[in-house]
Amino acid sequence: MSSPKSVKTGAALTEGAPKLVLAGNPNVGKSVFFNALTGMYADVSNFPGTTVEISRGRYRDYDVIDTPGVYGVSSFNDEEKAARDIILEADLVLNVVDAVHLHRDLFLTQQLIDMGKRVIVALNLMDEAGKNGIKVDVPKLTEMLGVPVIPTAAVKNVGIVEVLDRLEEAAQGNRLEGIAELLEPYTEKGLTEPEALMVLEDDGETCRRVGMEPAGMQEKLYRQRRERVDKIIAAAVSEGNDRASFSVKLGRLMLRPLTGIPMLLVTLLLVFMFVGVFMGQTVVELTEEKIMEGLYRPFITDLVGRVVPLDSFWGQVLAGEFGLLTMTPVYVLGLLLPLVVGFYLMLSILEDSGYLPRIAVLTDRLMTRVGLNGRAVIPTILAFGCFTAATMTTRLLGSKRERFIATALLGLTIPCSAQLGVIAGMLSSLGLLYILFYVLVLILLFGLVGRLLNRLLPGESTGLLIDLPPIRLPGTRNVLKKTFVKTKMFLKEATPLFALGALIISLLRYFGLLEAIQAAISPLTEQWLMLPREMATVFIMGMIRRDFGAAGLSSLELTGPQLMTALITITLFVPCIAAVIVVFKERSKKEAAVIWLGSLVSAFLVGGLVARFLSLF
Amino acid sequence: MTLDEARRGDQIKILQIRDALVRSQAIRLGISEGSRMQCAEIVPHGPIILKNRKQEVAIGHRLAHKIKVERVG
Repeated sequence: MSSPKSVKTGAALTEGAPKLVLAGNPNVGKSVFFNALTGMYADVSNFPGTTVEISRGRYRDYDVIDTPGVYGVSSFNDEEKAARDIILEADLVLNVVDAVHLHRDLFLTQQLIDMGKRVIVALNLMDEAGKNGIKVDVPKLTEMLGVPVIPTAAVKNVGIVEVLDRLEEAAQGNRLEGIAELLEPYTEKGLTEPEALMVLEDDGETCRRVGMEPAGMQEKLYRQRRERVDKIIAAAVSEGNDRASFSVKLGRLMLRPLTGIPMLLVTLLLVFMFVGVFMGQTVVELTEEKIMEGLYRPFITDLVGRVVPLDSFWGQVLAGEFGLLTMTPVYVLGLLLPLVVGFYLMLSILEDSGYLPRIAVLTDRLMTRVGLNGRAVIPTILAFGCFTAATMTTRLLGSKRERFIATALLGLTIPCSAQLGVIAGMLSSLGLLYILFYVLVLILLFGLVGRLLNRLLPGESTGLLIDLPPIRLPGTRNVLKKTFVKTKMFLKEATPLFALGALIISLLRYFGLLEAIQAAISPLTEQWLMLPREMATVFIMGMIRRDFGAAGLSSLELTGPQLMTALITITLFVPCIAAVIVVFKERSKKEAAVIWLGSLVSAFLVGGLVARFLSLF
Repeated sequence: MTLDEARRGDQIKILQIRDALVRSQAIRLGISEGSRMQCAEIVPHGPIILKNRKQEVAIGHRLAHKIKVERVG
């Protein structure tokens, strides 16, 4: 029997410092407490093997670790697995709960108590509870849970100091009746109490780690815990008015198709204006063209040129058109950085305002028809940012089948923001009719391919089951922090992949393979797609950098219909090399190969059909 | 009846949730066999929004079809 591996989040912290872990449901204001505890100096890293970000910092002697918001400790998804592993190792848990949704939040609280952890509860959002007429009998709640409960309104800085002052009072609370007896046989075998509870609750990963069979008691214990929470709520919480506030009404309007669809369209338009037009064109013009191409590239080319001749092998690899020191930084910092910042900024606002889950509800019906459910809007929206990031997020989908469908559909039909910026510019020069045609073809294909995959793949997709958080104005600080962290994570993961892509293309060029490929696929480009043979270069570039392909189009002399054909083909064309590497990492090799070849075939097939259709006019 | 047949404003009682995985996820959000809730909103042919106190949970149409409920007064 092996003991669980300790949690490594990459932060260099003193070994053996007591671990203070923050735990709570999503959207309860945990991060405000984390910031209050750790100040400016937090270390953020990915939880091993996941895209889940974990923040870590110090408070007095404590090693403070934040966990992703979860409804309970188990392993339904990556967030939960990360939270579970961190909580298992905690010496003290600061459990932040939402006073408005105690009925939901206390389930986790009771579970933490059942684990035998020392717990202190921050009863947050008391101001909102007051507005909703909810009264919480704090002494009663404290007595029933058996742990200190401190009322707070964290965003208004109420109660935070008291929480920090009273951390040491954290206590082991009142467990479910009979739990201690159930845990005993396991603790006698050397398991810790939290591990024992996980085995009792059939947590597969914990069982495997400690080498034991699941006890098969999850359902019974969950039920018992739910009943216990109901009892606590009945005794300590009194419901006030049930009059619907503005935010509740707004939340409902977002769900009704008649009002919800226009709201969604306006939101998407605003996001597009910000990311695709403002960031993608105005800002990128400054960062990529003026700064990186105008100042950085000549500077670095000159510098490299003093050491090695530029037309030599190393000169090309380092400072050629696609050099490691030229294209990679120009692309990553000049183009990707502003786009990704803009994108994550929008996503964080959608997330923190509570709108994102409502978009999931509104689109659930459509997503169901392509074999997904509403939750798939999150990777879908992300795919407009970067397919690499979207592929990683498909993990939140309920089954392997859904993950495959989502990856395939997004890789095929959704242009990434880098590409979108370039494409949007070219499309607008073609006029409204062409823009509509472009959008229509993509939507049609999304539906068709989705339905086809849904029909062909065995099994059934999972249904939607999500909690709808209240509609709120997102906090500026939180949004900025999220944007910063996500951008940093993304660049850290993606930059080496783009460098690899740049290297490959430099090699191809140096050894003259690019021209060979151009000639080899000319029947496809010239006859089937009715485009000039130089289009092959565009496609090869597109494999390296999706937007590069699109940008390469501007150097070709194309008629309107030709440009349309080229734009559609390049949109559908295979994801960039960085994204493909991620797909290979995330999916099985076979699935990744199918997705890659599928995109290739569909792109040329649809492109040719479009060319023929447009030549009719 | 099943949950997908509920109408907006109905007070319902959950009788049976067939899928064990759904059952264990729903119970954490406060939805379990025996609980009483309000059907707060229905997206036509889409998800059903159940409300319990201030808590709102959305359940997809197909999933709702697998949940047995009854109307209560």
